[in-house]
Amino acid sequence: MTESAGHQQTTQQRVAASLRRRYAAEMRFRAYGVFAVAVGLLFVAFLFTSIISKGYTAFEQTYVAVDVVYSPELIDPAGSRLAETLQAADYQAVLRASLRAEFPQFEGRTSLRHLYGTVSNSAEQVLRDRVLANPALIGGHERVWLLAHGHIDMFVKGQIDRNLPESARPISDEEIAWVDALQTAHRVQIRFNKAFFTAGDSREPEQAGVAGALAGSALTLFMALLLSFPIGVAAAVYLEEFAPKNVWTDIIEVNINNLAAVPSIVFGLLGLAMFIQFFGLPRSVPLVGGLVLSLMTLPTIIITGRASLKAVPPSIREAAFGMGASPMQMVLHHVLPLALPGVLTGTIIGMARALGESAPLLMIGMVAFIVDVPHGLSDPSTVLPVQIYLWAQSPERAFVERTSGAIMVLLGFLLLMNAVAVILRNRFERRW
Amino acid sequence: MTIEKHQHVVNISRGLVFNEGDQSLPGEAIETKTVGQVTVDSPVISARHVNVHYGEKQAIKDVSIDVAKNAVIAFIGPSGCGKSTFLRCLNRMNDTIANAKVSGSIRLDGSDIYDRSQDIVQLRARVGMVFQKPNPFPKSIYENVAYGPKIHGLAGNRADLDEIVQLSLRKAGLWEEVKDRLDNPGTGLSGGQQQRLCIARAIAVDPEVILMDEPCSALDPIATAKVEDLIDELRENYAIVIVTHNMQQAARVSQRTAYFHLGDLIEVGPTEQIFTNPRHRLTEDYITGRFG
Ligand SMILES: Nc1ncnc2c1ncn2[C@@H]1O[C@H](COP(=O)(O)OP(=O)(O)OP(=O)(O)O)[C@@H](O)[C@H]1O
Ligand SMILES: [Mg+2]
Repeated sequence: MTESAGHQQTTQQRVAASLRRRYAAEMRFRAYGVFAVAVGLLFVAFLFTSIISKGYTAFEQTYVAVDVVYSPELIDPAGSRLAETLQAADYQAVLRASLRAEFPQFEGRTSLRHLYGTVSNSAEQVLRDRVLANPALIGGHERVWLLAHGHIDMFVKGQIDRNLPESARPISDEEIAWVDALQTAHRVQIRFNKAFFTAGDSREPEQAGVAGALAGSALTLFMALLLSFPIGVAAAVYLEEFAPKNVWTDIIEVNINNLAAVPSIVFGLLGLAMFIQFFGLPRSVPLVGGLVLSLMTLPTIIITGRASLKAVPPSIREAAFGMGASPMQMVLHHVLPLALPGVLTGTIIGMARALGESAPLLMIGMVAFIVDVPHGLSDPSTVLPVQIYLWAQSPERAFVERTSGAIMVLLGFLLLMNAVAVILRNRFERRW
Repeated sequence: MTIEKHQHVVNISRGLVFNEGDQSLPGEAIETKTVGQVTVDSPVISARHVNVHYGEKQAIKDVSIDVAKNAVIAFIGPSGCGKSTFLRCLNRMNDTIANAKVSGSIRLDGSDIYDRSQDIVQLRARVGMVFQKPNPFPKSIYENVAYGPKIHGLAGNRADLDEIVQLSLRKAGLWEEVKDRLDNPGTGLSGGQQQRLCIARAIAVDPEVILMDEPCSALDPIATAKVEDLIDELRENYAIVIVTHNMQQAARVSQRTAYFHLGDLIEVGPTEQIFTNPRHRLTEDYITGRFG
């Protein structure tokens, strides 16, 4: 009796001791987890702060107010006021004359070049539109807010240090004096940069926008989704539910898993050889981009699709078969609806990867400089990551913030897609 | 007595060895030819010389048995003896298992269900099945019951369908409990209710035979009693084959009992006789609790 009690005592002590060890291990395990999450968050926070701090200025743009003299001699010397004449007039000359008249301190060729360079060359179009809309302006003058040139914009936003020697900064002393004078006269404004979201690419950073790349990305993804979703789901359903399990299906499975890991540039080369050189499809178009990206996302969709089909409990299949459902009915009525949240999540993950992909699209020419916003699958276009790549390579200082701005747009797009994935998953998820 | 028992244990273990196919023994120790009356007058199902192999492994060995109309037959036997396997032959659920091979003949109303001309969808509409674990579809209660009639085109319109659903739920004794929440998910019911829902789902297509594989093993005694009562009522209209591990249950609900042992059908007979006066020693050992 005593012996047994003593024995129990030691057992309890041992358990207690091991418990302490277990708790410690448990705590450590948890700490590792927290640490891992913290590191992840830290990286994300670093990425976001660096990009946002560099890029938020891309969403603002500097405007300067210029007194424009609409001299009849320059616009319509004959006085006909015909639309064609007004359309064809040289508004660059109008602008330059106005600037010269207002800022006579700029003299000599270099100075004048600086002066002319303070306003973006989009100003011509602004003036033309104003005159066409209201020909009565001719002969008069008015103060017009015009887009400042990229250098001026950078300087106003404080991204060019005025204390640098003149040769080391892209803006001359004269121009700085000009900006200062305008600023004291409240003729410099920073406005929301609408053009960034509505314009295509441009050589002039102050006129460049992501709309073209955004539309290109959307069209390309649409094409990729259109192809890879039905094909991927059909393949996953066939392989998981219908195909016999034999050597051939094993080989297919290994190949699909391999495809998922093939570097994307290889798909680009394949697309170039197959779609462009063999089938003769045009270069640089979302159609071909979508085809290439769907080659890339297909394995992802098939693999995640199979995994989520496999996760549907076999009892559901038995129940359906037991009721006399045909294999197709079993899949369409029961298994696929239950697997759908997983399939959709996989698809969106694949699409998100495709959205960030640039290498294969470089191979099929979606890296061209394209100003127009694409409207169809066969309009030449570029995509967001390629646009980022292009801008990151541009020497102008003003493209730096635009690069970050475009990255922010890309991240926003990704965030939207992932949010949609979560919403879809929650909507379709069912218990069993 | 002691010696005899010892002898028996040896035989059983030899039987096991033999069954796993290691080597054949010189002369079988236990007679495995079916004892009792396997045939009935005007059977719904009559199985003859059925063998089932899972790959190399034989799970059912030359089993012949009839299933009578308007009666319950219980399959009993130790775990792994092939009860489920044989049951699943009767509506060809084994077709879904890739390496399962069935030979012999199983006739439903005189026509071979393994014949090439037999439509499997039609067969399963005639031979319904209730599984061990309640497995309602993750859809509404209504949808669960309406599914069979829908895919088999049994209801002309919505009113017909409503009627079938109501009738089936009534027959399954579930109507009063769920009539106000037909749109709630079937998976939200209690285990016993789910199992009765599965029975309602099976009878909604008005089958001739209902196969039940341990339908009460996941249920508490009260839910079990309800299902047993239900089985007794359903007997009026259907032939029922039930697999059970619960000897009392077999005694309560069935009219005939078949005892399986390691793939062999050992004994078939009226339930009362099997439980009071088994003719085969293996049957006796099993029902008296000496084995299994
Ligand atoms: N899918 C399968 N593949 C291979 N062998 C199987 C398969 N299903 C069953 N078996 C084997 O066939 C034999 C009979 O199995 P079965 O499920 O019919 O037994 P059971 O009598 O229903 O047992 P229990 O009472 O435990 O449900 C067992 O030895 C089992 O291991
Ligand atoms: Mg079983």
